Amino acid sequence: MEKAFVLGCSAVGAGLAMIAGIGPGIGEGYAVGKTIEAIARQPEAKGDCTRTMFIGVAMAESTGIYAFVVALILLFANPFIGKL
Amino acid sequence: MNDVGNGPKVVFEIGPIQVTETVVMGWLIIVAVTILCLWLTHGMKKIPEKKRQVVAEMFVKFVNGMVRENMGPSMMKFAPYIGTLLVYAVLGALISMIGLRSMTADINVTATWALMTFALITYYKFKNNGPIGYLKSFAQPVAFILPLNIISEIATPASMAFRLFGNVAGGMVITGLLYGALGSLSSALGLSFEVGSFGFNVFQVGIPAVLSVYFDLFSGCIQAYIFSMLTMVNVGAANE
Repeated sequence: MEKAFVLGCSAVGAGLAMIAGIGPGIGEGYAVGKTIEAIARQPEAKGDCTRTMFIGVAMAESTGIYAFVVALILLFANPFIGKL
Repeated sequence: MNDVGNGPKVVFEIGPIQVTETVVMGWLIIVAVTILCLWLTHGMKKIPEKKRQVVAEMFVKFVNGMVRENMGPSMMKFAPYIGTLLVYAVLGALISMIGLRSMTADINVTATWALMTFALITYYKFKNNGPIGYLKSFAQPVAFILPLNIISEIATPASMAFRLFGNVAGGMVITGLLYGALGSLSSALGLSFEVGSFGFNVFQVGIPAVLSVYFDLFSGCIQAYIFSMLTMVNVGAANE
């Protein structure tokens, strides 16, 4: 019974943790949109713009990745089961 | 289905040392890259006659250009290291295309690479500022910002390691979950057949491959590129 409760709460927690995906989604959308604006204004700078955008997008993504790692730990390597 | 989300398996043991799948994959990639390099650079001419020499020159030119642009001409000695990192990370992710476990889906590998970057950053900061200047740089611009500077120093390698690991491992988990779900779906709709002892589910054909192209091919290459790019940017910035 206790174990089931902890497991269920962990699954809910993993789901809640993934709400963090909203942040990087919005941020990456802004970054890509601005890059497209810049390329449309100055098509010869496409290579530079795209490269910089990829780095920025990867940076913005890391918060989402942290949330994802937390969710994975809760689901597959649950630290709370051992404390029962 | 039950092995989704598990760590790498232990293949064999040498005394107390457990050799996991990751290490085996790493050595497979090392052997493959060595053979590829020997084949690509075999019998080179000043004016390229064979396609393989053109391919090798293109790769070397790409890495050299990247290092020159991001680190400056004085740091060109880093080009072999960055090239190695790039090839190793790309192949480490792409090895999952042939059904093996990705090498970079193990936090130990990515954390090791991130620690190497951290060591390089610290070395160049030490070299350029001296020991006193290095310690002083943590209290810049004002003294009470010290804890934040220490956190940001540690956050660089940690975020690099987690980014690469999270992308590759996440793709692996999502593909595995989808594969299991499609199997259940096709058996629920009565679309799974048994050919001899070999199970066959209709929905498992083709659909996971589309996801695999994104998670393994695209994400693996982009994240490897970003990892080497961040290494270059951070080490280059430490040397200024």
